[in-house]
Amino acid sequence: MTRYIIKRLLMAILTVFIVATLTFFLMNAVPGGPYEAEKAISPQARAALEAKFGLDQPLFKQYLTYMKNILHGDFGPSLKQRGREVIDIIMSKFPVSAKIGGIAVMVAMLVGIPVGCIAALNRGKFSDSAIIVIATIGIAVPSFVVCSLSMYFFGVKLKWLPTVGLTTWKHYIMPVFALSFYPTAYIVRLMRSSMLDVLGQDYMRTARAKGVSWFVSLFKHALRNAILPIITYVGPMTAYTLTGSFIVEKVFTIPGLGGEFVSSITNRDYMMIMGTTIFLATLMVFINFLVDVVYKIIDPRINLS
Amino acid sequence: MKKKASLIALFLVLCLVMTACGSGAAPAAAPAATTAPAESAAPAAKILTVQVGPDPETLDPALNSAVDGGNMLLHLYECLLTVDQAGAIAPGAAETWECSEDGLTWTFHLRDGLKWSDGSDLTAQDFVYSWQRVADPATAAPYADTVLSFVENFDAVINGSAKPDTLGVSAPDAKTFVVKLTNACPYFESLAAFATLSPVNQKTIEANGDSWAVKPETYISNGPFMITEWVPGSHILTSANPNYWNKDAVKLDGIKWLLIEDSNASYSAYQTGEALMIKDVPTEEVPSLKGNPEFHVDPILGTYYLNLNCNVDAFKDANVRKAMSLAIDREYVANTLMQGTYLPAWNFMGPGWADPAGGDFMSNANGGKPYISEDYEANLAQAAELMKAAGYKADPENPDLKITYSTNDSGYHKVVAEYLQEAWKQIGIDVSVEIVEWASFTPMRRAGDYQAARNGWVGDYSDPSNMIELLYSTNGNNDGKYNNPDFDAAIDASRSTMDVKERSAALHQAEDIIMDTAGCVPVAYYTDFYLQSSKIVGSWHSPYGYWFFMFADIAE
Repeated sequence: MTRYIIKRLLMAILTVFIVATLTFFLMNAVPGGPYEAEKAISPQARAALEAKFGLDQPLFKQYLTYMKNILHGDFGPSLKQRGREVIDIIMSKFPVSAKIGGIAVMVAMLVGIPVGCIAALNRGKFSDSAIIVIATIGIAVPSFVVCSLSMYFFGVKLKWLPTVGLTTWKHYIMPVFALSFYPTAYIVRLMRSSMLDVLGQDYMRTARAKGVSWFVSLFKHALRNAILPIITYVGPMTAYTLTGSFIVEKVFTIPGLGGEFVSSITNRDYMMIMGTTIFLATLMVFINFLVDVVYKIIDPRINLS
Repeated sequence: MKKKASLIALFLVLCLVMTACGSGAAPAAAPAATTAPAESAAPAAKILTVQVGPDPETLDPALNSAVDGGNMLLHLYECLLTVDQAGAIAPGAAETWECSEDGLTWTFHLRDGLKWSDGSDLTAQDFVYSWQRVADPATAAPYADTVLSFVENFDAVINGSAKPDTLGVSAPDAKTFVVKLTNACPYFESLAAFATLSPVNQKTIEANGDSWAVKPETYISNGPFMITEWVPGSHILTSANPNYWNKDAVKLDGIKWLLIEDSNASYSAYQTGEALMIKDVPTEEVPSLKGNPEFHVDPILGTYYLNLNCNVDAFKDANVRKAMSLAIDREYVANTLMQGTYLPAWNFMGPGWADPAGGDFMSNANGGKPYISEDYEANLAQAAELMKAAGYKADPENPDLKITYSTNDSGYHKVVAEYLQEAWKQIGIDVSVEIVEWASFTPMRRAGDYQAARNGWVGDYSDPSNMIELLYSTNGNNDGKYNNPDFDAAIDASRSTMDVKERSAALHQAEDIIMDTAGCVPVAYYTDFYLQSSKIVGSWHSPYGYWFFMFADIAE
């Protein structure tokens, strides 16, 4: 296990390194720059800015400097949000996104898994069909539609819920709903098909034949096996949800990290693009590692090394 | 087994129903319970909540170049001079000021007892520091050129060949600030009221570096309001500055600037009453808002225009450029395509620009007549003639000129592009539309790497030179690569005279030349279309695109 963890750690560093390198050269290959606007800034001001942030250096030298700096934990200043450090922006915005995202992931699992089971256990009945229809809608409807509709009905028409910011618990309801809508529907469908698959297995029949109670067979044998595909899905989904959604944050004016991923690119804020990319890549690698460990716990047959 | 299955299913369903009811029913009952204490807890604080844009890029006056940031700076700082509700120059931090006869020396006398928001004294030396800081190339102030190019020794300072302290500004005593100019500047008072030249606090900047302008505790200002909280992506809370000299005129306890990017989000904030004024109204809501007394459409100093790249062979012929301008139905574009959120542009310089000789520049242009006739049918016929004169067939069925029109995709840019395809086809021009992402679009246009493209300009101050000089051959924003010696001569003449009549005549002559040769193609004038509750009293909106809330109040 220790050897495995060390191996995974080295792989993780390599992965993040490759992602960072690719992103660095790709973003610099795209036309435009951080100091472009409708009104041209004077050549002197541009030169001063480029010198200040080292953008006047040859690209490869910029790359080496950047890589050296991040080894010291220095992600540099944002090129657009003057006076703010990239690391400070991420650290102040990530907790906001992670809080809503974390609740959304919990909701998706707590609702998705039982509902998926119910559908599987009632295969072919009305409740099953109803759940499938609703889940299909959930997968098909894009999140901006969910956001706009819920905002319109609960915020504007009924005036039940506030639409701007995150000050009280009521502010959380719509963003969490919008964020968990798709993953819940996806988990329902995944859980249903996985459960159906497991219920038809020989070992289930064996367990029942040996006199294991229905309840125990369901929770100890069926669920434990059926849940593996859900974990595969929930891992990366969690990483994405925790780092925030551009659309949900924009619609409900939430000061989260999701917007930074998109705006840093349109702004050509190179430091911010690198910071957010490395952050997401690291989180992703870490969560994938956790998923593997959880696999091993749930299914001891899986050989990690 | 079946029984158990349905039992468990029933249990799970029950759990779900209970959680569903929990989240569904609670909010219905909650608003009364939770909002009431919040309101009664702070009955005294009168906070006005408004939305003028998303997160400002910066609130450092020297670094700002955006309208939304400028709007906030207006409330946080007070320059030497200010602009009043009528658009006239009014005293600010300077109570009186005078100009020498040759127009080269300006002396400003500061008010007694001026203070910073932290309570320390504000002196003329602070203005010296602030102006030098804008000129310092290390500051990289995007507007340095615009506001200081007339000041003595500015060129040497910005080029790095002289130190910032050699700039022509000085403070003979704590209450007197003197500026020496190289050339007389007829609109220097407008520049002295420009947010870039707001006084900034040397101590906090030197102690905190770039980050002084992002934290409320280090953000020191001298205007009617000061920052008390800034949550990026959420809001900026400003409160009345107790050290502001005119604090008695300030009726609000604070202004909360919601930092909303999405117009649907700001619209719902307005509808729910969370904001009393929003700048960003979704365009799809505009038709339903017409006639609503809270919906305002106010012209601002700016023109939506098209560039026909004069380095492209086909556009070297002024006849072709003119024909393309005449083939556009401006009435239709502004009122139908743009839903009346723009005004049709018959001139390059729209409403609001101040004629140096007095009055409105537009009303005095072309002998009071619009340059482009409002009779579209006649224009179109003339356009076809011009195309034929340029050697084309002007046949809609067999286009013999192929061009590419480039634009970025936001606002009405795409529908305008599609309309232009139709309009120019009528005079035998085949147009393909190229949508370019914003960050690549401006550098591409500036480099002249396009054929036809959309462009736009919103004025910084109301002197016409601010926009008309865009077409000067060496101007950094001359994206159309227009190069007309007569036009340049007219601009040179306007720069070299202090006589307002001569200057006015030269500027009008310059516009005559632009319009006669279609140096660019004006399409529509910008407006600000916004929602503002009638509860806000004592505020105003200026043609610079700014809202003035500093002396506003909320009516009960």
